[in-house]
Amino acid sequence: MAKSLNARIHSMVWMAVISAVVGLSGCQQNGGDADEILIGHFGSLTGSEATFGKSTDNGIILAVEEINATGGIRGKKVRLITYDDKGEAREAGTAVTRLITKDQVVAVLGEVASGLSLAGAPVCQENGIPMISPSSTNPKVTQVGDMIFRVCFIDPFQGSVCAKFAREHEGLKAAKAAILTDQASPYSVGLQEEFEKAFVALGGTVVSKQTYQGGDQDFSAQLTAIRGEAPDILFVPGYYTDVGNIALQAEKLQLKVPMLGGDGWDSSKLGEIAGKAIDGCFYSNHYSHEDPNPRVQEFIRKYNEKHSQTPDGLAALGYDAARILFEAMKRTESLKGADLAAELSKTKDFDGVTGKISINEERNAVKPAVILQMKDGKPSYVSTIQP
Amino acid sequence: MPRDSTQSPQTRLTPANSGFSGTTGNAWYGLFPLVAGLAMATALQFILPGAAGPYYSRIVIDAGIAIVLAVSLNIVNGMTGQFSIGHAGFMALGGYTAGILTHYGSMLLWGSAGRHGGFLGSGELLFAASCLAGGLISAVAGYVVGLPSLRLRGDYLAIVTLGFGEIMRVILQQTGRVIDDAEKFRSGGLSQLIPPPVGGAVGFDGLPKYTSLFWVYSLVTVTVVVAYRLKVSSPGRAMISVREDEIAAQAMGVDIARQKVMAFVIAAFFAGAAGGMFAHESGVIISPRDAGFQRSFDYVIMTVLGGRGSISGVLIAAAVLTALPEMLRDFEQYRLIVYALLLIMMMLVRPQGLFGIHEIWDLFAPFLRRQQKAAP
Amino acid sequence: MADLVQTLITALAIGSLYALIALGYTMVYGILKFINFAHSDIVVLGAWISYTLSSKLLPRLGLDPHNPVTPPPIWVAAVVLILSMIICGLIGFVIERLAYKPLRRAPRLNVLITAIGVSLLLQNLGQLNFMFGASPQKMPALLPGWEIATLTFSDGESARSVVINLVDTVIFATSATLMLLLQYLVFRTKLGTAMRAVSFNPDNAALLGIPVDRVVSFTFVLGSALAAAAGFLYVMKYPGMNQPAHTIWVLLGLKAFVAAVIGGIGNVRGAVLGGFVIAFVEQFGAFYISSNYRDVYVFALLIVILLVRPTGLLGSPLREKV
Repeated sequence: MAKSLNARIHSMVWMAVISAVVGLSGCQQNGGDADEILIGHFGSLTGSEATFGKSTDNGIILAVEEINATGGIRGKKVRLITYDDKGEAREAGTAVTRLITKDQVVAVLGEVASGLSLAGAPVCQENGIPMISPSSTNPKVTQVGDMIFRVCFIDPFQGSVCAKFAREHEGLKAAKAAILTDQASPYSVGLQEEFEKAFVALGGTVVSKQTYQGGDQDFSAQLTAIRGEAPDILFVPGYYTDVGNIALQAEKLQLKVPMLGGDGWDSSKLGEIAGKAIDGCFYSNHYSHEDPNPRVQEFIRKYNEKHSQTPDGLAALGYDAARILFEAMKRTESLKGADLAAELSKTKDFDGVTGKISINEERNAVKPAVILQMKDGKPSYVSTIQP
Repeated sequence: MPRDSTQSPQTRLTPANSGFSGTTGNAWYGLFPLVAGLAMATALQFILPGAAGPYYSRIVIDAGIAIVLAVSLNIVNGMTGQFSIGHAGFMALGGYTAGILTHYGSMLLWGSAGRHGGFLGSGELLFAASCLAGGLISAVAGYVVGLPSLRLRGDYLAIVTLGFGEIMRVILQQTGRVIDDAEKFRSGGLSQLIPPPVGGAVGFDGLPKYTSLFWVYSLVTVTVVVAYRLKVSSPGRAMISVREDEIAAQAMGVDIARQKVMAFVIAAFFAGAAGGMFAHESGVIISPRDAGFQRSFDYVIMTVLGGRGSISGVLIAAAVLTALPEMLRDFEQYRLIVYALLLIMMMLVRPQGLFGIHEIWDLFAPFLRRQQKAAP
Repeated sequence: MADLVQTLITALAIGSLYALIALGYTMVYGILKFINFAHSDIVVLGAWISYTLSSKLLPRLGLDPHNPVTPPPIWVAAVVLILSMIICGLIGFVIERLAYKPLRRAPRLNVLITAIGVSLLLQNLGQLNFMFGASPQKMPALLPGWEIATLTFSDGESARSVVINLVDTVIFATSATLMLLLQYLVFRTKLGTAMRAVSFNPDNAALLGIPVDRVVSFTFVLGSALAAAAGFLYVMKYPGMNQPAHTIWVLLGLKAFVAAVIGGIGNVRGAVLGGFVIAFVEQFGAFYISSNYRDVYVFALLIVILLVRPTGLLGSPLREKV
C-alpha cells in the first residue's frame, strides 16, 4: 500500500511539473499593440529543411529591420512573429492558425516547401488573410484562392527555361538529357516533369531518369547508370545541399557531362562543397550576384553584416516577399485582408533583389529568369530569359 | 534469457477492482459510455470553437487523432506485449484510402471534389464511410504485417513493422498527380488510376475538409470503448496473458498466434480510420512522410509514457504530448530541446508510465469500492 | 563489366561503413537488449566533430582547409580520427551514465524511449547556431585524391575505366582493421570475456565478480568510438555534410540497425556480414532495377530474411526456458 501511495504522489508531482510548464508558456499573450503591425512567418526552423527555413527567416528579418529603421509603415513599427513547423504539414497548418487567430497577424509569409504552403494556404484563405509564399514553385499553391501570392517562378516557367537553354544554348545544343530527381521533394519532382515536357517538345530525348531521396549521400548507382547512356546534359532539379555531392561523385566517376539545375542551387555553399567539380555547370536563378543594381549589392552587403554569411536564393526571396508586402501596406490605408490582397495584386515592376516583379492575375510573380554558370566555385551571368 | 522485469504482481484487473465494471447484464450500463462520448463529441462540436477559438479547437482535434492512434497502438504494444513501431504506416494507408474515396467519390457523385452538404450531410456521411473503409484496408494490412509476429518476437518484429512504414513511404512517393478536374476524371478510363493519382511527394492535396470535433471525438469514443471492453473481456485477458508470459498462456490453452494477429488487426483498423480523419483535416496534407518512422515514434512514446495497457494513461499522454510542443512555442528553436529533456526526465522519474498498468480510476479505487459496499 | 566493377567497389566501401555502425548497435543490444536509437546521432557527432577539428586544425598548420591541391600530411587525418573517436567515446560514456544507467532495471521500452529522447536532444542541440548550425558544410579533404588503380574495360565499341580512389581504400582498410581489433578484443581478451558473460546473463556475471556497470560503460565507449570512426570515414567519402538534424542520418542508422538484425543481432560477425549484404542489395538494386526503390530493397530483404531465419543469418536460434 505504501508503495502505491508513493507512486500516486509521484504521478501527481509529475503532472504538476507538466501543468506548470504548460501554464507558464500558455499564458503569454501576443495581442498586437495599437502602434504595431504584426506579420507572421511559418517555416522549418528545425528538422531536415531547417537550412531553408532559417535562410528565409533571415531575409525577412532584414526586411523588417529596414522598414522599421525608416520609420515603419505610417509611423507604425512592424513586428515579425516566426513559428517553426518542423517541416510537417500538420504543424504548418497549426502554426498558421495560431498566427491568424491567436496572434492576429495582418499577413502571413511562408513556406519554402510547396507541400507545406498548400497546408497553410487554405487556412489563410478561409480567414481572409493574405499569404505570400517566398519560394513555393508548385502552380497549385496560388490556385488555393485570391489571398495567396508568391514572389518566385512557377515550375512550368522554370522547367521550360531550362529546357530551352539546354536545347538552344551555343556550346550545349543538347539532344539527349539525363535527369536526376529528388523524389521526396515536390519542388524537384515538379521541375523535372515540366523540364521533361518542354525538352521533349523542343525535339530532345530523355535517355535516363534516376531518382534519389533528399539528403542521400551516395549517388554512384544513379550516376553510373547515367554514364552508361552518354547524355549531353544532366538535369538535376534539386537543392544545393545535394547537388554538391552529386557533382563531386560525378567527377570521381568521370562523368564529364555539364549539369543544369534550377534556383534550388543558389547558395554560396554549392561552390564551397563542390569546388572545381561543379565548374562549367549551369543553373537558372532569379538574379545574378554580379548584378550591378545597387538594390542587389546593398542587400548582399547588409545581409552579410547582419547574419555574417552570403545570402542564398531563399534569403533573397524571403526578403523580397516581405518588401512587396510592406510596399502594398504603404499604398493602402486599410490593413484588412481583402484590401491588402487587392493592393498586393496591383504590384507592378517592383524593383526586388530577385528581379523586377509583377504580380499577374493568377497571383504569381512574373519576372525574367537568369542563367548562371559556375566558374571557380562562383556563379557568373550567362543570359537572361524573359517570361 | 531475462525478459522484462515488469511482471508485477498487480496484474489482476478483475472487474471487481477496476472502477467501471459493467458485465452485470444491464444493456444501458454497457451503452452508457458510448452515448456519453457521442454527446460529448456533439457538445465539443458546437461549443468549443466559439468558446476557445480555432487555434485551440485545432489542437483538440489533433489531440483526438493522436489519442485514437496511441490507444490503438497500445492494444498491440501495451496489452499484447508486442512491439510495433510502424503504426504511422497504417495511418497513412488508411488516410490515402479514405482520401481516394472522398476525392474521387465526390467527383463521381456530385461532379466536384469540394465539400458537399452541411453537418451530418451527404458529404460527411461519405467521409465517415471512407474513414471506415480506410480502417478496413488498414486492418487487412495489419493482418499481413501481424503474420510475421507469429515467428518473430520483440525487436525483430519491431524492425519489421518499421520496415513496413518505410516501404509505404517510398511507394507513396511514386504515385501520380492528383486529378482535380472532375470532368476529366469522369471521362477518363481506369488507366488513369495507375499509378494511383494521390499526389506523389507533394501529398494528397485538395481533399474536402470534413474532419471536425464531432467526427474525431466520435471515433475517440468508439476507440476507447472498444479498447476498454476488450481489456476487460476474455479475448483481452488472453492478450494480456500473451504479454505476461507466452509459454504459460499457451499452456493455459490461449491461441497465441490468434491473439497477436487480432491485436494487429484491431490496432490497424483504428489507425486507418484515424488516418482518414487526419487526411481530411483543414490545414493538413497527408504526404508520404506521414508514413515514416518519425511519426511512428511519436505514438510509441505516447504509449510508453501512458503506461503499458493503461487506456486512460495513454489517452492523457497522447493529449499532453500533442499540446506540449504547441505550449513550448515561445521557446522558439529550443522547443524541441526542452521537449526532449522533458521526455528523458519523465522516463527517469516515472519509468512505469503515468499510471503504470492501471487506469486513472484505479487511483480512486479504494474510494469507489467503499461506495459500492455502502450502496446495497 | 565496368559498371559491375564500379558498383562492386561502391558497395564494398559503403558496406564497411554500415558494418562499423552496425557493430555499435549489436554490442549495445547484446549487453543491454535494447535498440540504441541515439547511436546514429553519435555517428553524426563523429562526423561533425571531425569537421570542427580539421577546420580548426588545418589553418594552424598553415593550410587552406578547402584547397584540395595542398593536402595536409597523412598524420592529420589519423589525429582527427583518433581525437573524434576519443571525444565520442566520452560522450557515449556520459550518455550511458546519465540517461541509461538509472533505467537498468526498468522495462526495455523505457530505455528505448529515453534513447529516442537523447537522439532528439542531440539532433536539436547540434542544429543550434553556436553548435554546428543548420547548414550543410564541406569537410576539408584530409586525404590526397590519389588514384590507387585504374581498371580499363572494353565494352564492345567503347572502353570505360574504373578508378579506385585512395578514399575507398582507406575506408575499407580502416574498417577492416577496427573490426579485426574488435574481434580480438571480444574473443581473446579478459575484458571481452567479461562482456560476453554480461551479455549472457548479467546477474550471474555480477555474482562471479564481474563489474557489470563498468563493462556496460566500456561497451558504450567502444560502440561510440566505432560510430565516430564511421562518421569520420563517411564524411571523408562524402564531403558535403548534411546538417546534424537531417533525417537522412537517422535513416543511415536504421539501415545499419537493419544490417545488425539481418546478421543476427548481438552477433559481432553477423553485424559485419549484414553491413555488406545491405550495401550490396542497395547498390545493385539501385543500379540494375531502379533507383526509385532503394530503401525498399533494404527493408524488403530484411522482412524476407527474418521470415526465413527469424533470428538473422548468423543468430543462434532463440530458446526460451520455462
